[in-house]
Amino acid sequence: MTGSRIIDRTGAVFLLVLLAVAVLVPVLNLLVPPGSPFHVPDYMIPLLGKYLAFALLAVAVDLVWGYCGVLSLGHGAFFALGGYAMGMYLMRQIGTRGVYGNPVLPDFMVFLNYKELPWFWWGFDLFPYAMLMVVLVPGALAFVFGWFAFRSRVTGVYLSIITQAMTFALMLAFFRNDMGFGGNNGLTDFKDILGFPVQAASTRMALFLATVAALAAGYLLCRAVVTSKYGKVLVAVRDAESRTRFLGYRVENYKLVAWVLSAMLAGVAGALYVPQVGIINPSEFAPAQSIEMVIWVAVGGRGTLVGAALGAVIVNAGKTWFTGALPEAWLYALGALFVLVTLFLPKGVLGLWSSLWARRRKAPPAVPSPEPAE
Amino acid sequence: MASPLLPITSSDPYAVKSPGVYSLEAELADVARAQNRVRDPRAVTSALLYLDNITVSFDGFRALNALSLAIDEAEMRAIIGPNGAGKTTMMDVITGKTRPNQGVALFAGVNDLTSLDEAAIAQLGIGRKFQTPTVFDMHTVEDNLLLAIKESRAPFANFYWQRTAFERERTDELLERIRMTDHRKRSASELSHGQKQWLEIGMLLAQEPRLLLVDEPAAGMTDQETADTAVLLKEIAQTRAVVVVEHDMAFVRDLDVKVTVLHEGSVLAEGSLDQVSANERVIEVYLGR
Repeated sequence: MTGSRIIDRTGAVFLLVLLAVAVLVPVLNLLVPPGSPFHVPDYMIPLLGKYLAFALLAVAVDLVWGYCGVLSLGHGAFFALGGYAMGMYLMRQIGTRGVYGNPVLPDFMVFLNYKELPWFWWGFDLFPYAMLMVVLVPGALAFVFGWFAFRSRVTGVYLSIITQAMTFALMLAFFRNDMGFGGNNGLTDFKDILGFPVQAASTRMALFLATVAALAAGYLLCRAVVTSKYGKVLVAVRDAESRTRFLGYRVENYKLVAWVLSAMLAGVAGALYVPQVGIINPSEFAPAQSIEMVIWVAVGGRGTLVGAALGAVIVNAGKTWFTGALPEAWLYALGALFVLVTLFLPKGVLGLWSSLWARRRKAPPAVPSPEPAE
Repeated sequence: MASPLLPITSSDPYAVKSPGVYSLEAELADVARAQNRVRDPRAVTSALLYLDNITVSFDGFRALNALSLAIDEAEMRAIIGPNGAGKTTMMDVITGKTRPNQGVALFAGVNDLTSLDEAAIAQLGIGRKFQTPTVFDMHTVEDNLLLAIKESRAPFANFYWQRTAFERERTDELLERIRMTDHRKRSASELSHGQKQWLEIGMLLAQEPRLLLVDEPAAGMTDQETADTAVLLKEIAQTRAVVVVEHDMAFVRDLDVKVTVLHEGSVLAEGSLDQVSANERVIEVYLGR
């Protein structure tokens, strides 16, 4: 017995579901004729990809909130920075196809009378460099922020407030035109990614599959982290911080490592999100977005990783449906959902599922078990 | 970091098999070896813990007032005193939680405790048990001990981790010693108050500290548990310095060690329990004349 395994039963189910999704979605999209009720229409592919990018983001939030007790209300900042890094690469791929036909400068720079490319845009025409920035920029911000915050022993609600302030400050900064990131409009009108047109169905399918793979890899990475001895210390920090310190652990370093890792995963999620939705703008930095991420995790089940991913998909699917059917009611529904989950499902949907499962295994099945819900 | 216990087990192939065999004997041998070691030439005092003229004020209130205290290697000391005498503040100063406004705090004659943080002080070999038992509720008894075992405290070293033979043996031995072998897989949150106290003492032992600070270990325990705790602490004090802060006079009498009485942040009296209870000023403070 060497502690808990990296892939437990819930994790195995989760990975199998992801595998099934990766196989079924292309099959139902490409092989099933459009008239069939099982056909997955083309427009669904980037939508599902978006949900899964959010799921990866939720896993990242859960790593710091569920296992380390750091309630981040600013993870949208890391997500958006990863998204901007990807967006900058996509902008540089437009080349002369922009409205102004400038081979180097994106349209908004020509419009704003930029004479040359700002230094921080250098290198973003290279895919590997841009991908490096997808993790390095959020990671660096998280490192600097975490270094000061954790060393000063800012915890609890104070830490949550300053994470919120961080993302708000970045939102205001990115709204400004002279920041060099397209201001209000952000980055959009993307054409190619790695030479393939972003609008093409095949590219979208590839991006979707890449998102599934990234979610599985991100989940496994977080799972490896939380099942290691490092992860045990992380939980110890969450439950009794000063005890951990008196055992000789540098609590701030433990938090910092998890925090930076989480920010990098959020950055990857952002980079996968941007080409699938076709735009990145400063509204991704909005504090409300970051709060929503926490709701996903709470709904799915905090401290389980799988629950976080599940919560992200459930809430966002609900959001898609609601904003279509009853657009004005969405925020009320979200608020009500959060209140209900907090009151009645403290362990989230996944917690409900596992307690039902445990009960069913204890009692012999006298009644036929109902169909499992989605 | 190799444990000083390992050479003994590896030289005796029979000792390794059964957990708990080398616990006390090995520790005694280990401490004897440590004491024969040449003392650090930079050491300015032979005392393990040396506090001189420590003053701590909070908003003008002097929690500690020119407190001086010396604890020797493998000495056991009981600290008593009325509420507000500065017992907890003293522990805070020793463990780096509170910085004194003035004074000298030396560990092993060389380490300046006033310039180190909690983690560094813990790694030097000072363990602290809090008044209310604080164990990691979400972890099993076994994992609580695992986290305390003297191994690398660096985050990255703990990413690639496999339970080592040393960790396994040490856990078995500690479980035996705190009499919780049957509870090893239980979650710490399910333990009784007394069991939590013992688990925390086990965690302190796992740290292999040279000095143990124990805050009211008998609080909330049954009489039997209290007596057992006194026996355990005395056993520990054979190899390590132990400072016990306690209110329970019966417990202090059970310990039968030198007593220091604190009052208003400084030492009022020092000696055997009979001596200090005969001291007029102590009677005055305790009876509040």
